[in-house]
Amino acid sequence: MISKSFLSYISIGIIVVLSVFFPPSVNGEEDEPDLPLGLEDQTKPSEPKLPLGLSTEEKTGPQAPSEKTLPGTVSDFGGFWEVRTSIRTQNDPYEKNISMGETRFQLETQKSIKNFLLSLTNDFLYDPVFDHHTVRLEEGDGFIDLREVNVIFALFNVVDIKLGRQILTWGTGDMLFVNDLFPKDWKSFFIGRDVEYLKAPSDALKISVFTDIADVDLVYTPRFDSDRFIEGERISYWNSILGRRAGSDDKFEVMKPDDWFEDSEAALRISKNIRGYELSAYGYYGFWKSPGGFDPDSGKGTFPDLSVYGMSIRGNLFRGIGNLEVGYYESRDDPDGNNPYIRNSEFRNLLGYEQEIVADFILGVQYYVEYMLDYNTYLDHLPEKAIKADEYRQVITMRLTQFLMNQNLKISLFAFYSPSDQDAYLRPFIHYKINDNWAAEAGGNIFLEAEDDTFFGQFEKNNNVYTGLRYSF
Amino acid sequence: MHQIKWVHCISLNICFTLVLLFLPVSPYAKQPSVEEIVQKTNHMAYYQGKDGRAKVSMVITDSQGRKRHRLFLILRMDEGKTEKDNSPDHQETGEQRLYVYFLRPADVNKMVFMVWKHAKRDDDRWLYLPALDLVKRIAGKDKRTSFAGSDFYYEDVSGRNIDDDIHELEKVTNTYYVLKNTPKHPDTVEFSYFTMWIHKSTFLPIKIIFYDKRGKELRIYETLKVERIQGFPTVSASRMRNVKDGGETLMTYTKVEYNLSLPASIFTERYLRKAPRKYLK
Repeated sequence: MISKSFLSYISIGIIVVLSVFFPPSVNGEEDEPDLPLGLEDQTKPSEPKLPLGLSTEEKTGPQAPSEKTLPGTVSDFGGFWEVRTSIRTQNDPYEKNISMGETRFQLETQKSIKNFLLSLTNDFLYDPVFDHHTVRLEEGDGFIDLREVNVIFALFNVVDIKLGRQILTWGTGDMLFVNDLFPKDWKSFFIGRDVEYLKAPSDALKISVFTDIADVDLVYTPRFDSDRFIEGERISYWNSILGRRAGSDDKFEVMKPDDWFEDSEAALRISKNIRGYELSAYGYYGFWKSPGGFDPDSGKGTFPDLSVYGMSIRGNLFRGIGNLEVGYYESRDDPDGNNPYIRNSEFRNLLGYEQEIVADFILGVQYYVEYMLDYNTYLDHLPEKAIKADEYRQVITMRLTQFLMNQNLKISLFAFYSPSDQDAYLRPFIHYKINDNWAAEAGGNIFLEAEDDTFFGQFEKNNNVYTGLRYSF
Repeated sequence: MHQIKWVHCISLNICFTLVLLFLPVSPYAKQPSVEEIVQKTNHMAYYQGKDGRAKVSMVITDSQGRKRHRLFLILRMDEGKTEKDNSPDHQETGEQRLYVYFLRPADVNKMVFMVWKHAKRDDDRWLYLPALDLVKRIAGKDKRTSFAGSDFYYEDVSGRNIDDDIHELEKVTNTYYVLKNTPKHPDTVEFSYFTMWIHKSTFLPIKIIFYDKRGKELRIYETLKVERIQGFPTVSASRMRNVKDGGETLMTYTKVEYNLSLPASIFTERYLRKAPRKYLK
C-alpha cells in the first residue's frame, strides 16, 4: 500500500512538474494571438489537439475580410469630371478677370487586340468665359482636347512601337527641361490647370529598342509640334515691338513650320541603368519649340532650326536623389550668333537634389543655367534700344511637399527664382482627397518682378488663384 | 499487489503519455537558434518562391470610420534565385525587385511604383505617372512612412532588413516563437522595439506589436488568414491597427501565384511606361 500511494504521489508530482515546465496550452496566456484562418488545421497528427475550451475553433478573434469587402472589378473605362476656375488677383487691361472657368470630362479607355494595345484619352471641355469653341486639335483649342490616341505593339520582343497621338516625357528636371524637347503647354500651366496639362501631346512614332548594351528610343514627329506658348490669350506677355505688355488685344502672331515630313522633328535617347544610376545621352533635330526668332518684316515670331545634344545622370545621392543634366542648343539658323533676330546657341545645365527630410516632408532644389554662346557677337549686332539679354540666365527652384492626414492632404510650394533676372514665380498648391472619388484643390500662380520684360516678370499681371473639384472614376 | 501494479501502470502510462504528448513541442527539443528563426521568418514573409504575383486590396478605415480603398497588383522577383531555392533555409541575398501597378482609387489608375530593394545600400525607387508619361525617382530614404496612405508602412510591405535589429527569443510556447526585436539605430525609427509571434511550424509572423519609447503599443499587425498556394503557406488576409490614431487597414491578397518565371526586364523603365499586361491579369 505504501508503494501504491508513493507511486501515486510520484505520478502527481511528475504531472505537476510537467505542467509547470510544459504548460498544456499556449492559449492559456492572455496576450498570445489566436491562429488565423488556414493555420488551425495544420497541427500535425503527432501533436496534441489543444484542450477543449482553449481550442482556436472557439476563438472570437479577428476574422478575415470576406470577398464582399473587396472593391469591384475595374472597368475598361476611366477618367474624371471636373470644374476649375481661375481668377486674376489684379486687373490686367489686356485680359479678362477670369482666366479660366471650365468644366472638363476626360474619358480614357484601352483595348488590346492580339498583340496590339489601343489607347484613347479624350477630354471634352467647355469654358463659357471664352467664346470660341472651334476644335483645333493641334493647338488643343475648342471643346475637344484629344490627349492620346495610339497603338502600341512589340516586334521580336526587343522593340516597342508606339504610333499616334501620345504624351512624351524624358529627362531629369522638375518643371525645368533641358533635353525634353516634347511640346509643353505653358498656358495651361500658368492659368492653373492640373499639372498633367503642362505636357501637350505629340503626333509621333516612337520606336524603342531594348538591348543589353543600352536602350534606344527614337521619336519621329512628321510635322512640327510646337509648345502651346504664351501668345496673349488668357495670359498677357511682354511684347518687345510694342514696348509694353500685350494680351488678347495684340496676340503674338507666328509663322510656324507646318509642312508634313519636311518640317519634321526627330528626338533620340540612348539610356542605360547601371546599378540604379540612370545614364542617358540625347539628341534632337528640329526647331525652337517656342518662338526662338522674330521676322522683322512681318513682325511675326518664328521657329528657327535647332539641334540639341545632351546627357543626364540620375540616382541615389547622400540620403536622397541627385540629378545632373546638360544640353548644348545649336541654333542652326544663326551659327555665329550674328543674327539679332534669332536666338544664339547656348548651353543649358541643370543640377538637382531631392530628399525626404522627415516622414512625408520632401524638399527638392535645382540650379539651372542658360549660357549664351557668342555673347559678344550678339551684343555687337543688337539693334539700338533693344533689350539686352544676359549672358547667363540662372534659375533656382525649390519644391516643398508635405503630406498630411494619411497622405490625403498634400500641401506644396514650388518656387522659381532667377537671380540674374531678379524675378520669381511661386506655385502654392493644396490638394485634398475627400474620398476615393472626389478631390478638391486650390492653388496660385504668382509672378514677382523687378522689371517688366524678364522671363517670369512679364507675366506679373496674370497672378491668379484657382480652385478645382474633380470626380475620378 | 495487483492493485499496486495497476496503479503503477496507470501512473507510468500517464507519465509516459504526458511525456509523449509534450515532447514534440517541448521548447528544448530541436529548438532552432534565434538566427534561424529570424531568417526563416524573413523568408516566409517576403521571399517565398523565386518570384510571385498578387492582387492586393486595402481597406483603410480612419478613426472616424471613413473608408478608403486601394487596389493594386504586385509583381516580385528575387534576384539570383531559382525555383529550387524554395527552402526556408535558403540564404536570401536581399536583392529583390518589386513592381506595383495601381488600379484604384481611380485617380492613381495605371500608376506604377517600382523598387529595387538592396541589402547593403539604399533602395532604388521609381514612380511612373501615366498622364505625364513621367518616370520619377522617389527620394524615400525614410522607410517608416505610410505605404499608399495606409496604416502599413513601406517597410511592412517590402520587408525590414533583419540586420537592422537585435533579435532576442523572449519565449517559446506550444504554437509560437516570440521574438523581441530592438533597433540598432533607434533614432531612425518611430518605435523602441517590436515583438513578433511566429508560428512554429510555418514560421509565418502571426502578430507583431510595435511599442513606443514608453512601452505603449503603437501599431499592431495580425495575420487573419493563411492559404496554401502551390504548397506555399501564404498570408491572404492581414490587418494593421494604428493604436495611436485609431485607424486600421485590412489587406487582402487574391490571385496569388508563385514561380511565374517573370523576366527581369519587367522591372525596368520599359515596363514602367508599358505595363506588362500578361502578368497583370
